[in-house]
Amino acid sequence: MKRIVSFILVVLVTAGVMLGTSPGLLKNIRLGLDLKGGYEILYEAEPLEQGQQVTKASLVQTAKSLESRANALGTSEPEVTTEGTNRIRLKLAGVTDEAEVRAKMKEPAVMTFRSKAENDKEGEYTKIELRGNEFVENGAKVVFNQLNAPMIDIQVKDKAKFAEITKRLIGQPLAIYLDDQLLSAPTVQQQLSDGSAQITGNYSREEANQLRDTINLGALPLKLTEKYSQSVGATLGKLSLDQTIKAGLIGSVIILVFMIGLYRIPGIIASFALITHTWLVLAIFYMGEFVLTLPGIAAFILGIGMAVDANIITYERIKEEMRSGKSILSSVKAGGKHSFRTIIDSNITTIIAAAVMFFLGTGAVKGFALVLIFDIVTSIITNIFFSRFLLTLLVRANVLKKPKYFGVKESEIRAL
Amino acid sequence: MRFNWNFDYVKGSKIAYAFSIILTIAGIVSILSLGLNYAVDFRSGSNVDITVSKAITTEQIKPIVSDLGIDTKDVHITPGADRVNVRFSNVLDETQESKFKQEFTKLDSTASYEVNTVDPEMAKELERNAIYAVLIASIGIMIYVAIRFEWRFGLAAVIALFHDAFVVISVFSIFRLEVNLTFITAVLTIVGFSINDTIVIFDRIRENMRFAKKTTKADLREVVNRSLAQTMTRSLNTTFTVFVASLCLFIFGGESIRMFSLAMVIGTLFGAYSSIFIAAPLWLALKGKQTEKPKAAVKASN
Repeated sequence: MKRIVSFILVVLVTAGVMLGTSPGLLKNIRLGLDLKGGYEILYEAEPLEQGQQVTKASLVQTAKSLESRANALGTSEPEVTTEGTNRIRLKLAGVTDEAEVRAKMKEPAVMTFRSKAENDKEGEYTKIELRGNEFVENGAKVVFNQLNAPMIDIQVKDKAKFAEITKRLIGQPLAIYLDDQLLSAPTVQQQLSDGSAQITGNYSREEANQLRDTINLGALPLKLTEKYSQSVGATLGKLSLDQTIKAGLIGSVIILVFMIGLYRIPGIIASFALITHTWLVLAIFYMGEFVLTLPGIAAFILGIGMAVDANIITYERIKEEMRSGKSILSSVKAGGKHSFRTIIDSNITTIIAAAVMFFLGTGAVKGFALVLIFDIVTSIITNIFFSRFLLTLLVRANVLKKPKYFGVKESEIRAL
Repeated sequence: MRFNWNFDYVKGSKIAYAFSIILTIAGIVSILSLGLNYAVDFRSGSNVDITVSKAITTEQIKPIVSDLGIDTKDVHITPGADRVNVRFSNVLDETQESKFKQEFTKLDSTASYEVNTVDPEMAKELERNAIYAVLIASIGIMIYVAIRFEWRFGLAAVIALFHDAFVVISVFSIFRLEVNLTFITAVLTIVGFSINDTIVIFDRIRENMRFAKKTTKADLREVVNRSLAQTMTRSLNTTFTVFVASLCLFIFGGESIRMFSLAMVIGTLFGAYSSIFIAAPLWLALKGKQTEKPKAAVKASN
């Protein structure tokens, strides 16, 4: 009696948790571009001038800069990642003006020193005095004044030229721009002949570090070439999502009906374990903030097909033990024990294949492999341990008394 | 429902070997002469997939392509009732792409686009990585199986695995089906599935070997046949569930995973077939050599 109560309790609680959290999970899982529409570009970065090298730091800087640009363009959740030694992958969802985004992304961040031209309005400076390539590469650093306020120190390549400019502009502002954004416009107090200039402003230490990084990037702009691009219309993405989910539901229903038809009550337990498995994978995606892509969903659906394997192996084994004349409880025990090693061995080999895909693959392949790995690991938890736990509870509660509940006919059982 | 699966599988494997060898030769001939029908993922160029609300003919699209300054000979157009595919053998630049969309929208205002562009270098790299992936996965699996079982199982499993991967590639070459990036994923999944199936059978052979009489080749043959019969229901059931999942994806799933699903459908069937008729008999052939050694040598090694 106690066991049947705990069985019902476990099932009800699990079902309750799944029902309660599923709507939130489904709504909040991050979908890939192929499912919600958007734009993906893979850039290869090259140094702008010959003889230079693309360093890891410059690549990360370029990626950061791309991300802030994408943010500035108002795209939601841009995803920028570096790949290998010289690649940057950019994913933008819901972009309306692709051409504008593409153009904006490729402009290198250029720092300029500007002075006021004749027709400039107040606070506007258009006469360019110095350009990005006239600053010392990676020469910007954060320094602190007497008040311990951070400022950014920049080095100019041509000291004489800078001296000339500062001499000419004494008493006037010399504005420092990053692309078209005014950083600061200090007034020149005296002629600067040592080739260094400071950007002051009300910066926090963090902001000052960021600005230094951006300026260094401007001084070492990487040239970006598009190597691969994919754009998916929002309607098309939605269509793919709907179709694939529909395919998944149909496939799952057939599999569940098949399992119940073949293994009766254990089949129902297996079906419940499968649903728990699906929920668990979704929960992992939600918590890990992984992005679900179309190949990911495909892996997911295939995973259901493969996850039942653990149950099939176990149940076949239990049926065999029963036919050989063992009692139901010892059949369940022996079946579970004997099938365990087989299931682990066969799953590990599949994990090896998936792990290789994950490490060698890019983009969609990586996503697929990741889902497959999660699928296998959670399947071991739900379709071996959880479903066996439920089955043992029922058997010990003496609910499953007859072999026919397992799909075994009395006539098949060999007399001892 | 229970079938009697007792059957001389080893004998049946003679026919299977012949069938697989013929298929492999056909595959080699096809791959060497026709090659693979690479999608844009592997062959530089631009691929435009358009979901349309009404049928659009090739004739309607051709003028748009010519207007872009591209020879229509370099463009492959596949019209369909609700989907049109236009493949350019060279890479569309940004202006061409937006102009194409602009002009096409005039034909169908609700059209939705999916554009893929790959640079030639990138395409070569993808292909190279795919081949590495299959090789590395195979080596990894072989090592694992050799450690957990013995090398003969590992070798037989990997031969069966290569067979499955190659058969799917051959079928795609012979029927000129499009090979894209998801196809590679499918091949790797087939490798994973097929090995899964093989391991379950090998596991049973290993278990039966512990208590079996194994003095002659006929004894071993009996072990293999018995193990296959015992695992047959499970093999068929598992193959069925994965097959159903793949088939549903193929029939109802999104267009962009269609080739993936098709490869999975074919691969699932061959995965089960090769585990039964290729992997297990191959292991027997390898193991059989051991029993044929003089008895004294066997005893000494025990």
